[in-house]
Formats: sequence, C-alpha cells, structure tokens
Amino acid sequence: MTHLAFEDLLRDLTPQVLGTLVRRYGQFEGCEDAVQEAVLAATVQWPVEGVPNNPRGWLTTVASRRLIDQMRSDQARRERELATAAEVVPEDVPDTDDTLVLLFLCCHPALTPVSQIALTLRAVGGLTTAEIARAFLVPEATMAARISRAKQRVKAAGSSFSLPDGAEREERLRAVLHVLYLVFNEGYTASSGSELHRADLAREAIRLARTVHAQLPEDGEVTGLLALMLLTHARRAARTTLAGDLVPLDEQDRTTWDRALIDEGTELVKTSLAATALGPYQLQAAIAATHADAAKAEETNWPQVHALYLILERIAPNPMVTLNRAIALAETEGPAAGLALLATLDGDERMAGHHRLLSVRAHLLEKTGDTTGAYEDYRRAAKSTAGMAEQRYLESRAARVKPRPRPST
Amino acid sequence: MKFLISMHINPAVMDALTDEEKAAIGAGHGAFIEALKTSGELITTQALVDPSQAAVVSVRGGRRVVTDGPFLESKEYLGGFYLVDCENKERAIELASRIPDAAVEGLGIEVRQVMFADGQLEA
Repeated sequence: MTHLAFEDLLRDLTPQVLGTLVRRYGQFEGCEDAVQEAVLAATVQWPVEGVPNNPRGWLTTVASRRLIDQMRSDQARRERELATAAEVVPEDVPDTDDTLVLLFLCCHPALTPVSQIALTLRAVGGLTTAEIARAFLVPEATMAARISRAKQRVKAAGSSFSLPDGAEREERLRAVLHVLYLVFNEGYTASSGSELHRADLAREAIRLARTVHAQLPEDGEVTGLLALMLLTHARRAARTTLAGDLVPLDEQDRTTWDRALIDEGTELVKTSLAATALGPYQLQAAIAATHADAAKAEETNWPQVHALYLILERIAPNPMVTLNRAIALAETEGPAAGLALLATLDGDERMAGHHRLLSVRAHLLEKTGDTTGAYEDYRRAAKSTAGMAEQRYLESRAARVKPRPRPST
Repeated sequence: MKFLISMHINPAVMDALTDEEKAAIGAGHGAFIEALKTSGELITTQALVDPSQAAVVSVRGGRRVVTDGPFLESKEYLGGFYLVDCENKERAIELASRIPDAAVEGLGIEVRQVMFADGQLEA
C-alpha cells in the first residue's frame, strides 16, 4: 500500500473510530486525544507490519486502550478506585458512520471559525496537529493550544453527540459547509513558500465535502459546494505561472484545466439545480461551470454569468457579489455600465478601500481608455492587498497602463 | 490572519515611569502572553534592547559603514513586538488594546497584517 493510500485510509477511518468511542465513553475531549494517538501508532506500525485485516477494529481497540489508560491514571491521581466497567474493550464495532455528527460537533456555534477549522481538520480530517500547524504557518504549540481550547469550549457548551433537529440542524449544516469552504479557500489562495501544504488543504476540503455529499446526497447546497470546489480546483494548474505569478481567468491556458473534475462538477451542478431549492453554493458552482464551458475566454456566455449573479445578489445580497456582477455587466453592456454599478458600492463601508473593488475598477477604467485613472487604482489596489502574488500582478498591470510623461517640446 | 503588533517606546517616557508603574506594565505583559498562549493566538513575542545599542549598517561602493545608534533620530523607537495569528483585523486591534503600553501616554502600539512569512517558527 502506498504512503498516500495509507493516509487516505487513516483519514477515512479517523472520524468513524472517534464516533464509536464517543458513543461508548462520552467525553469527546479524551476520546479525540486517544484516537489521535492510535492514528499515530498506525502510521508507525502499519507500513512495517502491514495493514491489519480489520483496520477500523484495530484503531478502535488501540484508541480504547489509550483512553482507558488515561482514565485510569486520571483516577489514580484522584485516588479513586479503578472503573472496572471501563476495562473491557468490547469486540463489536458498530457499523455506523458518525462523520456527520462529528462535523456538526466540530463546527459548534460556540467556536470561532478559526477554531472550527482546526478542530474539524484534526477530529474529522485525521490530520495531526503538526500538519495543521504547517498548513496555517503557525508553530505547533500555537495550533495545539487552539485545538485544546476548542475542545474545552465544546465540552463547556454541553452539546450532545447526536444530529440536531429541524432549524438547528439546517443552521449547523450551513456552518459545516462554511468551514469546508474556508478550508478550501485557505488551500486555494496559496501564498508564500507553502503552496504544497496549502494544496493539500484544498484536497482535504474536497475529500470532506465528498463525505458529506455521500451522506446527504439530496441536499442541493452540499452538492453545490462540492461542485464549486471541483470546478475551482480544476483550474489550479492554470491559475499561476511556474514563478508563482497569478494568471487571470481570461488569460489562462484552458487546455490545462482538469477535464475530469470539470465534467464531474458540471454534472453535479446540473442535477442539483434541477432537483432542489436554489442556494448560494449552487449558483456559484453554476457560474464556475459556465466559465468552464467556454473553450476560449471570448466564448464565455456572459449574459448567463450575469443572470446567475443577479439571482445570487437577490438571494444572498453581498457587495462582493455585486462587484462580480459588475464584471459580467461590463462584458455584456460595456465598461461604462460596469463602472456605474461599481459606483453603487462606493458608500459601502465593507468595501471601502478593498483591493478587489479598486482592482476591478482599474480594470474597467483601463477598458474605457482612462489609463490615468486605471494606473491610480491599480497602484492603490496593490497597496491594499495582503497577498504577494496578487500584489505583483496588480503592480504589473499598473506598469502596463502607466501614463508616459509628455515630451516637453 | 497574521498580524505584527509592534510596540513603539519613547525611552524618555520609559525612564520617567515609577518602579510600580514599570512592574505593572511587566505584569500586564505576562498576563497578556499567558492569555494569548491559552487561546492559541501567540506565534512569538520578542523585546529589543535600548535603541542606543543599535547599529546602522550600510554598504557604499562595496565598503561597509557601521554607525552606532538608531537609524532615525526620533522620539519613539521599536521596543518589541507580538506576532499573532487571529481571526481578523478587529480581533488584532482588540488584542493590541490589551497591551499595557496602550494605556501609557507616549508609548504607541501599531497593528499591521503580515503578507509574507518564511523560516522556522518553533523557537
């Protein structure tokens, strides 16, 4: 078995084993530590001794022993009697998949998004604390403290290990999808010297989205999110040059787009749009699918892109959506129409000085021939962004439209 | 998101503080560091020696020129920093406001987002 196959197997099994333990012993916090130790033991032993016949049973037994050892030593410290009931490691391993329940727990509303992400990647994704720390470029101690704090908060919030009902379930599922979306974005917006680890995050987000989709195939937004990730991930090779510079959508080499991912994503969008209520992820996926459908940038169906943004703006109003609609509008009705729509965002404090607003305006000004205005806005946008690759891109755009001083004759 | 919270000190202001005030600032930093460690937001913090111990290095025509003292004659100098990883800019500002220096006239705190990082972070 290859190294990658090991990792995939372990990551698939982690939430299942954790679910089993939490059902049996309660105390999410202790169980999570025990499972992490069992997974570490497996990474050491399996490559040497081979994968056991029942890997899930192996992990469950090892994790249970660790947990019981821990409970014993805790109790010894408190000078209490050993809990005899806990000594028996049951042989039966129930065949339920608790991945979804765990995801709901890790995306608990008492946690901040940053903590939800860290806990989800460890408890459900099966990543080690060190791996998560590397992916987010923080010391392991920082990430360990964050995860431990998150577990304490979940415990303090006193949540039960079960799927919530009705409106709460809907709300928590949205939180889960948002966390997976953030993990994906973290991996997608690669910056600095860590592209590799971050690309892993994007893959991990897709893997988790597939898991959720397998459990909730009827949910249109779950399908939409998975499709959006696949369609976006399909463009990863074309998105940057070898030197790490950003390549905008209209200049990307579309032959390097991953057709298999595009086909899968497009198919998912079609089925979900036809079958379920519309939601923001489905619409964003539909927009991505429209772009993916054009073999050349000039062949893009801009009226359709604009129509989809218009619907998105109605069901989930957000200045960033309006900004994107302005780009589509400029393509269908000309840059002046796009600029007029952008002007409606000037008073929005969420967008004030935002580099995306400045760079889109610069782009549209460039199209109208106002190179002086475009130069100013590209420069301001470059100063406003926190991304190195984006800054280089914006500086290069500014240099392209830089007004030359008039010869003094 | 990573932010550098830098502390700009005025040596004259620092000298004028009473021992009690200095101790209170020190204790405040200690408590702040502990809170950041517990929340999992601290990456690292470092404090710098007095600006009079600085050396300014330049190379002109391939020759190295070193002069003692700070780069700029100024009232405020970089005294130290906190490197944190937190939810957003609002949170970074909230953290910065808890640094004891923020409450002292003549000492300043600046918050800036990090845009590039490399190198080993485990100290």
